[in-house]
Amino acid sequence: MSSEAAPMTAIESLRARIERIEGGRRRAKSALAFGLEALDGRLPDKGLTRGVLHEIAGGGRNGGDGPAAALFAAGIAARTKGKVLWCLSRPDLFAPALAQVGLLPDRVIYVEARDEKTVLACMEEGLAHGGPAVVVGEAARLSMTASRRLNLAAEKTGAIALCLRRWSRPNDAAEFGRPTAAATRWRISALPAAPLPVPGIGRARWRVELIRSRGGETVDLELEACDATGRLAFPADLSDRSAAPPVGRAKRRASA
Amino acid sequence: MVTAADGLARGQGLRVGMAAARATAAVAALEVEEHDPAADAEALERLALWVLERFSPIVAVDGADGIVVDSTGADHLHGGEAAMLQSLVGRFATAGISARAAVADSWGAAHALARHGAEPVFIAPPKHGASILKPLPVEALRLSPETAEALRDLGFSTIGDLLNTPRAPLALRFGEALTRRLDQAAGRRSEPIEPLLPAESIVASRNFAEPIGAAETIARYLGKLVVMLCDELQEKGLGVRRLDLLCRRVDDRVEAVRVSTARPVRDVGRLTRLLCDRIETIAPGFGIERMTLVATLAEPLAPAQKLAALTDEILPDVSSLIDVIANRVGEERLYRLAPVESDVPERSVRRIPPLAPETGETWRRDWPRPSRLLRRPEPIETLALLPDHPPASFTWRGVRRRVRAADGPERIFGEWWKRDEELAAVRDYFQVEAEDGERFWIFRSGDGEAVETGSQRWFLHGLFG
Repeated sequence: MSSEAAPMTAIESLRARIERIEGGRRRAKSALAFGLEALDGRLPDKGLTRGVLHEIAGGGRNGGDGPAAALFAAGIAARTKGKVLWCLSRPDLFAPALAQVGLLPDRVIYVEARDEKTVLACMEEGLAHGGPAVVVGEAARLSMTASRRLNLAAEKTGAIALCLRRWSRPNDAAEFGRPTAAATRWRISALPAAPLPVPGIGRARWRVELIRSRGGETVDLELEACDATGRLAFPADLSDRSAAPPVGRAKRRASA
Repeated sequence: MVTAADGLARGQGLRVGMAAARATAAVAALEVEEHDPAADAEALERLALWVLERFSPIVAVDGADGIVVDSTGADHLHGGEAAMLQSLVGRFATAGISARAAVADSWGAAHALARHGAEPVFIAPPKHGASILKPLPVEALRLSPETAEALRDLGFSTIGDLLNTPRAPLALRFGEALTRRLDQAAGRRSEPIEPLLPAESIVASRNFAEPIGAAETIARYLGKLVVMLCDELQEKGLGVRRLDLLCRRVDDRVEAVRVSTARPVRDVGRLTRLLCDRIETIAPGFGIERMTLVATLAEPLAPAQKLAALTDEILPDVSSLIDVIANRVGEERLYRLAPVESDVPERSVRRIPPLAPETGETWRRDWPRPSRLLRRPEPIETLALLPDHPPASFTWRGVRRRVRAADGPERIFGEWWKRDEELAAVRDYFQVEAEDGERFWIFRSGDGEAVETGSQRWFLHGLFG
């Protein structure tokens, strides 16, 4: 028992040292739990950490428009309290869909910026202000510098920063591969729904991939899309068995 | 004598300068009013003040029949120059005033184009120079009537004629005024606009013995001016809705910055922050010798109780954030979306100001709605059974997708009370799932049978998450 506990404390002390080196300004981080053990358990703060930047992108052929990624972000925002600032440069978001995952129209303030640079600037402004609980921005390009600035602004106030990465040409998708300072990087793609016994469409199903997570593990899950309160759920036919086998842990750690 | 004639009067044959007796003879039911230049000037000034409050910090009365506006740095808040002019002329029209407006690089050129080129608006391309003025008559140059008449006598009818003539003889014959007006119109000579100040507005200003130019210096004095202004606002119980900073440079140009707030504000920190964000837009030139802060629009601001009960949850106030972002991107680009009672998807959403009171309303939830709605429906190639089956496959943007499952139709009828051509129109919406799980919102224009309900073609309108 004691031999098992000893290396854990060594890791803990190392983590504490690293945090000290990274700067004393890091506050104790709270997190917004997804309510799914398979997801929360793999995240370093047992949920989506407040006060940092998270990146969300779509997958599949519609990846550039990311309709599922937008709903995933809306679902996160729906589970918080307070205003939500949504900065975009292409106004094709359809608000009734956001209301259907629990993000009511009274809470969302939209900023329609002329270009992506302004989108990022407005995001930063919103994060530094601290009024909005969640700040969402839609951008194709997110440089290391820009993402660090967003991180710093979010750290000051503890707001959740979500960057929806979208692109109009498949070539621009390469932008998404570049490194940023975001704490997590998600990819949400649509999956076929479970067939119904009658003609019609079942509840939407997503592949939720956590492709990068600072200080945590990657996740690849098949989940049911956000419900009317913004919560994800395990598909009924999968909930009895493990949906995602643990990935190569040591290897991913090294690359994360 | 007739002193002014609008479109209706000109249609009846009345002309400016016509004797009153002739005019009454031409139009039987004419009522003659005494010309009152003082009242006209007063009305024009009131109009100029109205423009000052709404459009730009630098506004002045131009002659007896015009208003000149320096729109530098103000047009982007109204959606660009074209949109600003349209809105200006439109608002005048609803007030019963027919106006013509032009945007140009200099006061002189804008004056000339508004009176002789605008139908009813004209936008000169930036850096247009003198060439754009060539076809305009010499009267457009703001000359005295005698000079204009003398020029006509000598055969100069357009500004182009004057520009093609050597300057020295012109100056000798007509004096310095003519060449000065020519230079001002072509933008070769600066012509500062002396901005109108509302009579009872709250003003804080400061003169500098030594002109200032550095951004830090401007920011420091800005802070002092805001404190002065807020003291005065406090005394009168007012808060600012629109605040103008006018910087008079040593070369007599006035650089202006305008900030607006969504609610009346009297907070020194917030106002300083809003103004300091815009310092980079001030070109100090050789230095600023006078800074003036004007509360162009002020509204009563009474102290308010913040918390009604101890159990209330305190949600942070976002109005200061709204102001910062609105002054950066423009007020109309910052909004909330509210539901509209309409089944047509693109009409079911309307924009409301970000700080409008919360209504608690939302859209009906019985039908799924896509998270991305295309700006306009895009035609798709389909293979579908008529009349009420979803397509078996469709091709959108060059990619063919097979439909695995579908839901629908959700029939949406045209809103005949809004538009006549929608009387019989029908759209049948289907939610379809492609083989890879992606979901689309497609519709058929028409009910699949009757021709008058639509073209029976298929469109893709949105993407589901």
